[in-house]
Amino acid sequence: MGKKEMIAMLLAGGQGSRLGVLTLLKAKPAVAFGGKYRIIDFPMSNCINSGVDTVGVLTQYQPLLLNRHIGIGIPWDLDRRSGGVTILAPHVKRTQGEWYSGTANAIFQNMEYIENYNPNYVLILSGDHIYKMDYSKMLRFHKRHECDATIAVLEVPIEEASRFGIMNVKENDFIYEFEEKPPNPKSDLASMGIYIFTWEKLKKTLIKENALHEDSDFGKHIIPSMLSEGMSLAAYRFKDYWKDVGTIESYWEANMELTRTLPDFNLYEDFWKIYTDDDHQPPLYTGQNSQIKTSIVSEGGEIYGTVINSVLGPEAFVEEGAVIKDSIIMSNCRIGANTVIERCIVDENSVIGSDVFIGQGENAPNVNEPKIYDCGISVIGESTIVPDDVTIGKNCVVFGKTTREHYTDNRLESGGAIIVENEAII
Amino acid sequence: MKAIGIVLAGGKNEKLGELTKNRALAAMPVGGCYRCLDFALSSLSSSGVGKIAVMTQYNSRSLHDHLSSSKWWDLGRKHGGLFIFSPYQTDSDSYWFRGTADSIYQNISFLKRSNEQYVVISSGDIVYKLDFNTILERHEKSGADITIVYKEDNGLDTSNYGVLTLDENENVVDFEEKPLEPQTNLISTGIYVIQRTLLIKLLEIIIPEGRYDIVKDIFIRYRKRLKITGFKFEGYWRAINTIDAYFSANMDFLKKEVRDLFTKRFPYIETKPKDEPPAKYNSGAVALDCLVGSGSIINSYILHSILFRKIYTGENSKIINSIIMERSLIGNNCYVENAIIDKEVVLSDGKEIIGAPGAPVIISKGSVI
Repeated sequence: MGKKEMIAMLLAGGQGSRLGVLTLLKAKPAVAFGGKYRIIDFPMSNCINSGVDTVGVLTQYQPLLLNRHIGIGIPWDLDRRSGGVTILAPHVKRTQGEWYSGTANAIFQNMEYIENYNPNYVLILSGDHIYKMDYSKMLRFHKRHECDATIAVLEVPIEEASRFGIMNVKENDFIYEFEEKPPNPKSDLASMGIYIFTWEKLKKTLIKENALHEDSDFGKHIIPSMLSEGMSLAAYRFKDYWKDVGTIESYWEANMELTRTLPDFNLYEDFWKIYTDDDHQPPLYTGQNSQIKTSIVSEGGEIYGTVINSVLGPEAFVEEGAVIKDSIIMSNCRIGANTVIERCIVDENSVIGSDVFIGQGENAPNVNEPKIYDCGISVIGESTIVPDDVTIGKNCVVFGKTTREHYTDNRLESGGAIIVENEAII
Repeated sequence: MKAIGIVLAGGKNEKLGELTKNRALAAMPVGGCYRCLDFALSSLSSSGVGKIAVMTQYNSRSLHDHLSSSKWWDLGRKHGGLFIFSPYQTDSDSYWFRGTADSIYQNISFLKRSNEQYVVISSGDIVYKLDFNTILERHEKSGADITIVYKEDNGLDTSNYGVLTLDENENVVDFEEKPLEPQTNLISTGIYVIQRTLLIKLLEIIIPEGRYDIVKDIFIRYRKRLKITGFKFEGYWRAINTIDAYFSANMDFLKKEVRDLFTKRFPYIETKPKDEPPAKYNSGAVALDCLVGSGSIINSYILHSILFRKIYTGENSKIINSIIMERSLIGNNCYVENAIIDKEVVLSDGKEIIGAPGAPVIISKGSVI
């Protein structure tokens, strides 16, 4: 097989449990973002736009949707005769099968895949972030500074630095210490979870660390080990837009940001496009009495109602008299007539009945998961049905095919949860 | 599959004026995101026809660009797939395609190197969706040499079409091309089925005689000698052979039943994806009874119009009953009514473009006003 200068390994196996019901049936990288995209589209598109044409995608948690989305990589031009995209799932080896127990362990278990391409460098990415980045510039930096590892970092406000993995650097940006969530941070350079390693060096460290820790992790084990071995690690400062959408609130805010007249994150550029599995989506139809303001709406939809400050995915069907405000509606949802939805996230393939009110009432935290649903946003899960004439409060969660019987007096008060599990699926 | 496909996309049509100055008729943008050819290609492909030739000649570049990859129609195959034929020079002759029959004759090896029993021929200038299996089935059952798909239509000006006269068994007894005084309202759709070996035989007879047209030199000339049968098509069908027809075929996509037919009911019409982000509606946007393509940014009032992809419309502008093609930019305080604005047009602030109902103004590609 041909040699590749650099290949990418994309860690897409995480659940992203702080996204609550959104990641019940799919891994975090498969969660929709910005209407028509999924989170993984951003690193995948960055790869092909940076000239990285070999990408291993490591999946583990709920991979079905991801597998279907990526397919053979056609949307990203990653259907290649040599390289291209390969899904790397945990598998049974000679004696026994093993799950991926840590980020570095996952790479360790796929060393054979990497060796196939005999690369000089390996780019490690995660499928959790929204950003546009030219990895070829980072590689140039890595080569120019003759590093063994280059870690992309973002300057964060120092008072927030204790929430991140922090790189402490000397004046030339060479790293002398890594601290995970330090209580008293010494620097404001937060790791973005994007690494370029010289493969020979990484390989050696992976083998060594995997023997010591069964859950070897880049932040906890690989980086400290390389530092203690005296290898040269540099911080690569990234100045552009980068968002972690790990919580319901940050996910909602990052989506809402796109509806501004001039958003910080520009999807409309011609020369750094974000690709996704487009399907055959025709243009959006807006009816005679429709109203759409400060919103982004994807193809294939039919809008007869009102949409304000919202992000709508493909094939949304919004009936007459419905009002959607400050909300995210993912692909293939139907919103019934005269329904009012405020500050709500509706996951894919859901049907909301007529005369439904969502997002009403006082702001009580969720009864089951007060830490996940605490910002007033209600979440309707994937393939969920909400019957006609019900009222749902704030910080609520509804999942599954609910009927009138699941609601008390046709109401779900703020902070309530209805999870109707289909045993065949979960 | 028992058939191979041929899409005739070489045609030139003076009646569309500026719109086809730089593009083939089959490359005309339709319905907000398609090109006319997509309808024939998608119908053939979704009927299971896996080997399709597209005959191009006039302004073929516009089609080559669109067909640069065949995978969107599932035609990127080791066996069969998509063939694009343009005129080329050889040692012995170097003719342009002298007619529809000649375009096939000049590529007759495509027919000879196939072993499918039938050839489905479709015009690339028509908007329709059709399952060819039903026609092939009828073709076999009827024992006809040629099946012509026709449409009964009272609303169209038949003098722009081929007009059939049928007997009680749907056999063609007469075929007139663009008659001044049509005898019936049965018009040929430009979709035909013929046995492959018969087509080869006929082409090898007529071309040396200097006859180059399928309709005139095969259907009309041989109508008494061959058994030609009509197949009545009940579904949506439009030829975009005049500006009026083009305009109304586009506006038909504002009707729910037309949109549902092509975009919501499987099999869908496929086209080359452009990977544009969702359309963005800013605070001044009002879009009533409209189609808006992806990548567009809307700040205006828009009524009963079709906007293709990547359109920008400025503040306080009004767009009424118009078609605006890809990548055009409408400035602030503009007024556009009854217009077809071709691709990449820039309309600076305060401009007015007003056509008459039924006679839209055409702004040609790339104009800066």
